[in-house]
Amino acid sequence: MEAAPELETQIAQWCRYLRRHHTISAADVDEMEDHLREQVADLTAMGLSDDEAFLIAVKRMGSTDAISHEFAREHSDRLWKQLVLVPGDERSGDGPSRLELAVVVGLGVAAGISVKLGSTFLEPERLGLNMGLLVLPYLAGYFAWKRRVSLSTIAVAAGAFVLAALVLNAYPFELDGDTVVLATIHAPIALSFAVGLTYVGGKWRSQPRRMDFIRFTGEWFVYYTLLALGGGVLIGLTVAAFDMLDLRADSFVGNWVVVFGAPGAVLVAAWLVEAKQNVVENIAPVLTRVFTPLTVLMLWALLAAIATTRSVNDADRELLILMDLILVLVLGLLLYAMSARDPHRPPELFDRLQLVLVVSALAVNVVMLTAMLTRIAEFGTSPNKIAALGMNVLLLVNLTWSAWLTTGFVRGQRPYAATERWQTGYLPVFGAWAAIVVITLPPIFGFE
Amino acid sequence: MHIDKDLVAASATSLVLGILADGESYGYAIIKRVNELSGGRMQWTDGMLYPLLHRLERLGHVTSTWRTSAGGRRRKHYAITEDGRRVLAERRKQWDVVADALDQVWRNAQLPPTVAPGWS
Repeated sequence: MEAAPELETQIAQWCRYLRRHHTISAADVDEMEDHLREQVADLTAMGLSDDEAFLIAVKRMGSTDAISHEFAREHSDRLWKQLVLVPGDERSGDGPSRLELAVVVGLGVAAGISVKLGSTFLEPERLGLNMGLLVLPYLAGYFAWKRRVSLSTIAVAAGAFVLAALVLNAYPFELDGDTVVLATIHAPIALSFAVGLTYVGGKWRSQPRRMDFIRFTGEWFVYYTLLALGGGVLIGLTVAAFDMLDLRADSFVGNWVVVFGAPGAVLVAAWLVEAKQNVVENIAPVLTRVFTPLTVLMLWALLAAIATTRSVNDADRELLILMDLILVLVLGLLLYAMSARDPHRPPELFDRLQLVLVVSALAVNVVMLTAMLTRIAEFGTSPNKIAALGMNVLLLVNLTWSAWLTTGFVRGQRPYAATERWQTGYLPVFGAWAAIVVITLPPIFGFE
Repeated sequence: MHIDKDLVAASATSLVLGILADGESYGYAIIKRVNELSGGRMQWTDGMLYPLLHRLERLGHVTSTWRTSAGGRRRKHYAITEDGRRVLAERRKQWDVVADALDQVWRNAQLPPTVAPGWS
């Protein structure tokens, strides 16, 4: 069947149009294309011109919307965009490759072995200190492999891990001190920026790539939480079932299943996020939509409570950390909502709500900080206080300027891109601060 | 003559299964066969055949295989299953009842004036 080029273009266009309906799969389009071509061939054999034959054949096929509607009724599953983990024969090209799965599983097992070795040979505090180092290099390795990053990028990321290994293990930490806890908390944060470097394929200056990394962290967190929940249920059931047989499974579970499962899940979660890009709507931004108004209410309740009691508890350090956590939550709500927002859309109600959220959070923070400012001076400094205060300052600066930019956007004086640029530009500051805490605070405070 | 949409839809399953009971076939050939059988009076919207075939496949009444056509294109062929034959037999009984009832109605009822007496 040698068809004229013009007819070929028309048929190709029709197929493209059909393919846009996601309830019609590629195989279905093939099937209907064959039908269309046969019909055209029969009609031209009867003496019609290509054009006429095509028009009649398309007319007989019916409207693509109606066909798509029928397919949707039959294949309702296709309305739920599915995450295809292993490519099927009918839709090759979709989903990640088996090779990638093998790489992920291999790296996950390697991370598990690292943690197992760590838990065998290191004291609990030292294991905690090194946890990021035992797992995150494999994650960085996965992205370095997937993105085919340059050698210089690999060198920088590897250098960061080596430096962290030196600092964390050469410092003579007092294992029951405060600085070891600080280093344990901040080291994974600093190292995740090394992972981020490989995630963005070395293009760390690119704002869109940084935004991708923000999206990744949100989705990774959601997937990791889901995997952890599923794993927890499975482990609970297993232990309970073995218990019924008077067999104790909990030590095996604790020593092996969790030790391999938790680090392995870090890689599997990352793989799932990679696999599902463009397949499923992101979940983190949806959560921000739900929790932004609720957080505003929580902050107002807090403000009201402060106004009525007029006294702030003397637990200064905990309060600082609590305020930091609230600000981190607010920043997270801001970032993940931003990661899904179309920057070209005009200001809408949700943007105003976010502004209210940020301003409320700042108000709570300022009220609480002034209430305890005297106390901080009174009791002198401690590593925890410095770390918490520093974080608070960083978050305050970030959120204050965000509030300013968002106000400009809501009033139509500034593009949304300005807010976006501010956040993606600010991102490395957090990594740098975490690194500073790990590297400088312990020596300053004598590793206590 | 235009045949009511609901009537086409009601008879579609039986027609497709009946055609496939004659032997394996594919979409375009099924449509052509329907045209032949109805003398071109039953016009299906061709695209709607495919969701129907997929439904019959899901229900297990037909199976499908990808083959290569003479022109070298991928073509999906459908064949009726044992289950499909059973359904066809059942449908046939139902249609017989409907046709029988209608037959009596046509004979007894006052025919509308648009149909000239002596026809049918």
